[in-house]
Amino acid sequence: MDNQATYNYKVVRQFALMTVVWGIVGMLLGVLIASQLVWPDLNFGPYFHFGRLRALHTSGVIFAFGGCGLIATSYYVVQRTCNVRLISDKLAAFTFWGYQAVIVACVITYPLGITFNKEYAEMEWPIKILLAIVWVAYAIVFFGTIAKRKVKHIYVANWFYGAFILAVTLLHVVNSAFIPVTMWKSYSAYAGAVDAMVQWWYGHNAVGFFLTAGFLGMMYYFVPKQAGRPIYSYRLSVVHFWALSFTYMWAGPHHLHYTALPDWTQSLGMVFSVILLAPSWGGMINGIMTLSGAWHKLRTDPILKFLITALSFYGMSTFEGPMMAIKTVNALSHYTDWTVGHVHSGALGWVAMITIGSMYYLIPRLFNRDQMHSVKLIEVHFWMATLGTVLYISSMWIAGVTQGLMWRAVNPDGTLTYAFIDAVKATHPYYFVRALGGLCFLGGMVLMLYNVLRTVTEGKAVDARIPAVAAHA
Amino acid sequence: MESLYLLIPLSVVLVFVIGIIFWWSVRGGQFDDLEGPAYRILHDDDAPQKERADGADIQKTRDADGDER
Repeated sequence: MDNQATYNYKVVRQFALMTVVWGIVGMLLGVLIASQLVWPDLNFGPYFHFGRLRALHTSGVIFAFGGCGLIATSYYVVQRTCNVRLISDKLAAFTFWGYQAVIVACVITYPLGITFNKEYAEMEWPIKILLAIVWVAYAIVFFGTIAKRKVKHIYVANWFYGAFILAVTLLHVVNSAFIPVTMWKSYSAYAGAVDAMVQWWYGHNAVGFFLTAGFLGMMYYFVPKQAGRPIYSYRLSVVHFWALSFTYMWAGPHHLHYTALPDWTQSLGMVFSVILLAPSWGGMINGIMTLSGAWHKLRTDPILKFLITALSFYGMSTFEGPMMAIKTVNALSHYTDWTVGHVHSGALGWVAMITIGSMYYLIPRLFNRDQMHSVKLIEVHFWMATLGTVLYISSMWIAGVTQGLMWRAVNPDGTLTYAFIDAVKATHPYYFVRALGGLCFLGGMVLMLYNVLRTVTEGKAVDARIPAVAAHA
Repeated sequence: MESLYLLIPLSVVLVFVIGIIFWWSVRGGQFDDLEGPAYRILHDDDAPQKERADGADIQKTRDADGDER
């Protein structure tokens, strides 16, 4: 049959299924390392030690789970909104197998202790090069498809996906500059405070363009589609995009408050972080208000619950972030578990929930089904995910503020009131609650896997036909 | 400190690049209609059920089968 008459759903299916699989792997690692903090005896030998598994957990959930979700949805959205099949099936297949190879290589090398020692970029140089090649192929497939689109206007979701793809290319290349020593060892081309600044320019923009812009692309397509209503204000979504693109790049220094970084750079980072609140909340309100007049759908539609709750957590963490970037607040929060809580309010609440909601929308369509095998299970999953997130972030808030206050407490004679171990002891119960929250979230993902497997076996992998371009488009 | 000699020019260049893309997209008429595109994605029917339920589409499916033979 003529390939041009259908969309390429095969690569979307592959990435979508791997999203669920890597989600479980990444979150299982999260629960494991959270448990290691509660019960240190769980650190078995060098390969399963906290220090090595933590990097695998962060990369696993961000790049394997989040990345597969982003690529799956971007391939789907770009085809549906441009009314055209992906530009190359072979190149698309290469991005799938190449990306999986990168992930598997990380899963093998991180526990072996092979690491570049940079946050969110621990992979050694051969893997870095492979990732760069795969990413360029991904960019070619995505932008090539946009170039041959049948609809003149490029839908706003594609702008967000496009910014995410381009920014990640730039960030990866600049931050990964390495000097190889052996096959599996290399050193950063930068040194000292320079290295730290480049790292957090990368780190923060990875949050900005990978974990924010990319998932906003998801939001701007799947929220209106699932709600069956147009986005509240399309005009605002365009403003949201450009405002975010112009301001995000400058906020990185807030990760390095009170360090060797020049003072004015820290203040610059702080100011831009606070400015970021405006576009972030504009986008959040835009997404949530899409439901205006159709709020009743939230009562019955668990997929919509996932999407809207994700937006609420997005609003919460983009408020919390700028507040924590203010230097006086940062003096208390920095290096404590508050930061960990903040990250997870974004990662579990925003990134994971918007991805899960989008997958529940996407997977039945990819397998020619009306809906998931069990809508009831989606509902259960939603409550487990919400409860898990709330347990996680509230325990980390308490733990973080406790640590911050204990570390800074000083006796009248100028000595420290508490030894470090006192703060560790005080934090212990909250670590347990955190592990419980993580377990709850993971349990929801296992339900999702079952639900997805049932849907897949009941359904049939079909590539949808490309409809004729509507005249009014 | 030296990192700023890399990152600030890079970020400034980037702002200009984003500015150029913005200018290009405005000139290209990307933002002439800021209402229609929101509705357009809703008109794109991606429900799988449609091909069986809707009479017109069943016809299309038959045509497709015919093409295959």
